[in-house]
Parts: sequence; structure tokens; C-alpha cells
Amino acid sequence: MKQPPKYMYRTWWKLLCVVLLIYTIVGGLLFPVPDLPALEETIRNLYFHVCMWMAMMTLFSFSIVYSIFYLRSFDLKYDIYARQFATTGILFGLLGYATGAIWMSYTWADPNNPVFKSFGALAREPKLIGTAIALLIYFAYLVLRDSIQDMDKRARVSAVYNVFAYAMLFPAIWIIPRLLPSLHPGQEGNPAMKPKDIDSTMLMVFYPAIAGWTLLGIWITTLKIRLAIFRENKLSQNQKNPLSDS
Amino acid sequence: MLYIGATIFVLFLAIDEPEHKVWNGLFWVTQLFICINAVAKSFLQESRGRMLYFYSIVSPAHFVLAKLLFNSLLMLLMSLLSLLLFSLLMGSPLARPWSFMGLVLLGGWSLSMVFTFLAAIAARAQQNAAIMAVLGFPLIIPQLILLMKISNAAFNPVITFKATDLLLLGALDVLVGTMAVILFPFLWKD
Repeated sequence: MKQPPKYMYRTWWKLLCVVLLIYTIVGGLLFPVPDLPALEETIRNLYFHVCMWMAMMTLFSFSIVYSIFYLRSFDLKYDIYARQFATTGILFGLLGYATGAIWMSYTWADPNNPVFKSFGALAREPKLIGTAIALLIYFAYLVLRDSIQDMDKRARVSAVYNVFAYAMLFPAIWIIPRLLPSLHPGQEGNPAMKPKDIDSTMLMVFYPAIAGWTLLGIWITTLKIRLAIFRENKLSQNQKNPLSDS
Repeated sequence: MLYIGATIFVLFLAIDEPEHKVWNGLFWVTQLFICINAVAKSFLQESRGRMLYFYSIVSPAHFVLAKLLFNSLLMLLMSLLSLLLFSLLMGSPLARPWSFMGLVLLGGWSLSMVFTFLAAIAARAQQNAAIMAVLGFPLIIPQLILLMKISNAAFNPVITFKATDLLLLGALDVLVGTMAVILFPFLWKD
């Protein structure tokens, strides 16, 4: 019988997550923000859009850490963790795209042109390409994982691909965007991460927001892991029962 | 070899004398496909028995290094050939052919490194070359972007090559090599 690790049952960080997210949403929509040209009130999206990417990267990092654990111990439960963290990471990546698209349609899109028409020009954005690569890599990871039947081999091959892909991907999404011209903020460094870039009232919401969304991602993943482990145990029990009856 | 010839000939028939941006783009895409076809064979063609034989005589790190070396040499040859054919058939808009040639060799080398390792993974998944494309394209895009960016300098005498970009490319190759040596033993065991 596989057991999920203890931290998944603890309640304190789930409560913390809920509190932080309530604070983020209330504070994010009500606290004053600096009035900048072209950005105006849309800056509030910072609390949602940037946090999605942070959560995505954290989840992918968890995924690779569990893949390494798997390769060190060959314990199949780590393989389940790695996969579930990867899928939740993909979910957050898609949400990041969605929030980014809303933000973009108010700030970048040419007001004389419908958003749909300016899409081709905007999609050349290096940051968008970078994330598209990240999502494609993790989709490829899922495809690879599902294409192998044997359980041990599946776990091993997909863990190897996960490590390799992560090692190739992260230099790529941190370095390449800085080499290409871009509309997206963050050409010179980490956008919104340096305290002097950002208004102090906004920081008071921004850091808790990152933590809150990341915790939410981990929470979702732990639920999925528990479900997956439950299903696995159920399956192995079903396979055992006919033998024990006879 | 025939593959290179046929691809470039089709391109030659479809468009003649493209302007340099198109030339550059077409060249690297052709390189990509040549690499997939040439390198994919290296692992997919090995029979089970032969793998078992290799397993009994060498360590996995030596085996993967040998594969990487062989595929790199193969790809360097292919790159030179395709550069020659490209310049013959499609005209040569290069302002600096020698430095572009160096870049082509470097690019061919990085492509072959990445795809050798992916071929190893794909071979373990007992799939055809299709899964290699799915796995490999997202991984190779950053390198291709980098290569196209650097090689733009070869068409224009005004722009200079940036040493940092070249170093970055080299660093990525070294990274792939180390990852391959570390991770290959896990793929190797049956």
C-alpha cells in the first residue's frame, strides 16, 4: 500500500493559502495603485498574471525534484508525484496565458484594430514563445509517459525526459527572452521582482499573492496525488482479490 | 545524403534565389530535418541483440559518448554537404561565408547532441521517429532561435558576431553532454 506523505494531510498551510488568496483578491482589487500611463488600473492584474507564472515554475520544479527522487530510489510513488505536479503546472501555465491575454488586450493591442487581427504580431513575443515551449515540453512529457505500457520503464523514461527537458528549458526561458526585442516588461532582469521597481503598497499584496497562488497549486496537486494513489491501491487490490478468493 | 539532395532540390524548384532572411530560415529548418533523419537511426536501428552485446562490453557512459561523437561527426559532414548544395542551388547571399560555415558546424553539432539523447529516449519508448519530433521540437526551438539570430550577422557585414551568444551555444552543448552522461545509465538498464 502506498501512502501519500504526511504534509499533504496538514491543514495549516491550506488555511494559510485560503487567507492569503482572500487577502490577495480583496487587497488586489481595493488597495490604491500608482496611476501609470497605458497601464492605469490594469496593473492590478500583476497580482494574478505574474503569480500564475511563479506558481507554474514552482510546480515544474517540484515535478523535476520528484523525478530525481524517483531516479535515486526507483519508488513508483515519486513518479506519480512528478506527473501530477507537471499537469497542475500546465494548468497554471494556461491560466497565465488567459490572464495575460486579458491584460494584453487592454494594453498592447492596437485600439484601431480588433484584438484578433493584431494577434499575429503579438504572438511573436519572446516571452510567449518561451512559455509555449515550456507547455509543449510538458505536453510531450505526458505523451511520452502515456505511450509506454510497462510501469517501471514508463516511470524511468519519463523521469529521464523530465530532468533533461527541465535542464534545457530553464536556461532557455530565462536567457532567450533577454536576447530578443520585446514589448513585455522584464527585458533587463526579473520583472517586478526587484523591490525598487514596484510601489510599496503593491508589494504588500504581491508577495503574499505569489505565496497564495503557489500554495493553491500545491494543494490541488496533493489532492490529485491522493486520488491517483488511491486509484492505484484500488487497482492492485482488485487484481489481488480474484486470486485470494480461489 | 539522398535526403539532403532531394530536400534542397525541391526547395530549389519551389523558390529560386530567396532573400537572405528566407534563406537563413530555410537552411536551419532543413538542417533540423536532416538531423532528425540522420540521428534517429542511430538508436532506433539497433537490434535488441546488438544492444545486449554492447551492454556486456562497455559502460553506459562510454557508449553514449561514443554515440554522441559519431553522430556529431556525421552531422558535421551532413551540414557541410547541405551548405555546399544550398550555396550552389539557391545562390549565396552570405557576406561572410567562412564564419557562417563555422556557425553551421557549431549548430549541426548542437542539433546532433540534443537529438542523439532524444533518440535514446525514443528508442526506450519503442516508438518510431514520430515521438522524437514531439519530444525534440520544443527542446530545440531555443537553440534554433539562438542560431538564427547569430547567423543573421553572417549576412550583414555591419552586424558583428557576439561572443556571448556563441559561448551560450557552446555552454548548452556542454550541458547536453553532461546530462546525457548522467542520465543515460538510467535508460540503459532493461
